[in-house]
Amino acid sequence: MPGLFIDVKVDPEVAKDAGIAAKLEEVCPVGIFVAAASGVEIDEQNLDECVLCDLCIEAAPKNGVRVIKLYES
Amino acid sequence: MRFYEYESKALFRRHRLPLGPGQRVNSAAEARQAFGEIGGPVVLKSQVLSGGRMKAGAVKFAESADEAAEHFQSIMPIVVQGESARSVLVERKSAVAQEYFVAITWDGRAKKPVLVFSDMGGIDIEEVAETHPEHVSKTHFSSILPLSPRIAKEAVGAAGVTGAALNRLTPIVFELMKIFLAYDLTLAEINPLARLEDGSFVVLDGHVDMEAEARGNHKKLLEELGIGEDETRQARPPTDFELAGARVNAVDHRGVAGNVVEFDGNLGLVIGAGGGSLTLFDAVRQHGGRPANYCEIGGNPSVKKAEALTQLILSKPGVEKLAVMMNVVSNTRVDIVARGVIKGCIAAGRDPAETIAIFRIPGSWEDEGFKILRKYGVEYCDRSVSMHDAAGRAVAKIS
Repeated sequence: MPGLFIDVKVDPEVAKDAGIAAKLEEVCPVGIFVAAASGVEIDEQNLDECVLCDLCIEAAPKNGVRVIKLYES
Repeated sequence: MRFYEYESKALFRRHRLPLGPGQRVNSAAEARQAFGEIGGPVVLKSQVLSGGRMKAGAVKFAESADEAAEHFQSIMPIVVQGESARSVLVERKSAVAQEYFVAITWDGRAKKPVLVFSDMGGIDIEEVAETHPEHVSKTHFSSILPLSPRIAKEAVGAAGVTGAALNRLTPIVFELMKIFLAYDLTLAEINPLARLEDGSFVVLDGHVDMEAEARGNHKKLLEELGIGEDETRQARPPTDFELAGARVNAVDHRGVAGNVVEFDGNLGLVIGAGGGSLTLFDAVRQHGGRPANYCEIGGNPSVKKAEALTQLILSKPGVEKLAVMMNVVSNTRVDIVARGVIKGCIAAGRDPAETIAIFRIPGSWEDEGFKILRKYGVEYCDRSVSMHDAAGRAVAKIS
């Protein structure tokens, strides 16, 4: 089930990078990112737990990860 | 969390407080055997957590083994203030010359432990304090600074005790002070503490209450005393609703969303923060509201936890609306709780705007939280509205 309040978009090229996937999984405090064999996967169950810490944005190349507040749209 | 008398005494025994011979028994045959082993007249006492055993006839004296067995049979079925006996404690009947009272509890106003001592034990201490105030001393002491036997001696002396009794009582009282602090107790009481005809002292009855939140710090002791983790020792057994609340809190380690207590009202409460739960619960009642529950949230619970708690409260029959109110929060995030309660409403098939009577959680990340609430049309307010007034607004939406 997608998040009601938060969505996360990962650039398709960035998503394929196993190194970045591992880093995203490591830095996210609420388990939104999963480092799978194919690269970054999003655990939708945890999207609404996002604490807006921006650690994922800093861990990825510029514009590689976007955190979207659905309640602002 | 209250200890049975036999558990309190087991704790006292570890600290070498003076106790007479005694055994806990579970059958008439064991009572008969205990009489023989103790040797002589005994007292049999029902093991219940409530008071009023003597008045209920659940304390009896036996002069023979047959009588001890008979008394066991008659005591066990007696229900004391709604509570059945767990077992019976058989102890030597003591030749008492004088009875004393000593208790340590927490004084919430002084924010310190208070030691209450009287040389008129064995009876209701409140009554003694009213009729013979000169026989009761109240002594506060620090829970941080090192303890000193001097404090115990002054407390005993202040009740008019002198001489050998003062010298013999002081180490007993001092040990009880140490026990109180070492085990995070909210009550450590000996009543009566008896001086026997030979001048020695013995603990005749004792009560211990441990702070429920401290159970985790004393797992080894509780295990050794045979107190299981599932023994809540509450005034009544938890309801299914309350058990479900405990499961919600156990979902993950983040924050607290629990301590749920069920009431029969129509206003569900998601409340907490720095004493806010009690204040807000009282405020709702002051405004004539009927809470459906008490609960405590704080410590920044996860969205899932807040959601599950909300869903649980809304699942209770008769709950018309929900009041989400907290004191000013610092580590708990307003936006996280807002997400949780809105998700809980939606999961329960309820419209958040119609269901949440008021959302009053000011503090950390409130701007973000208020954006969420606006999006879903939920009425909210900041710290310029007092907790009391917020409770009034919630009640007004129901009545």
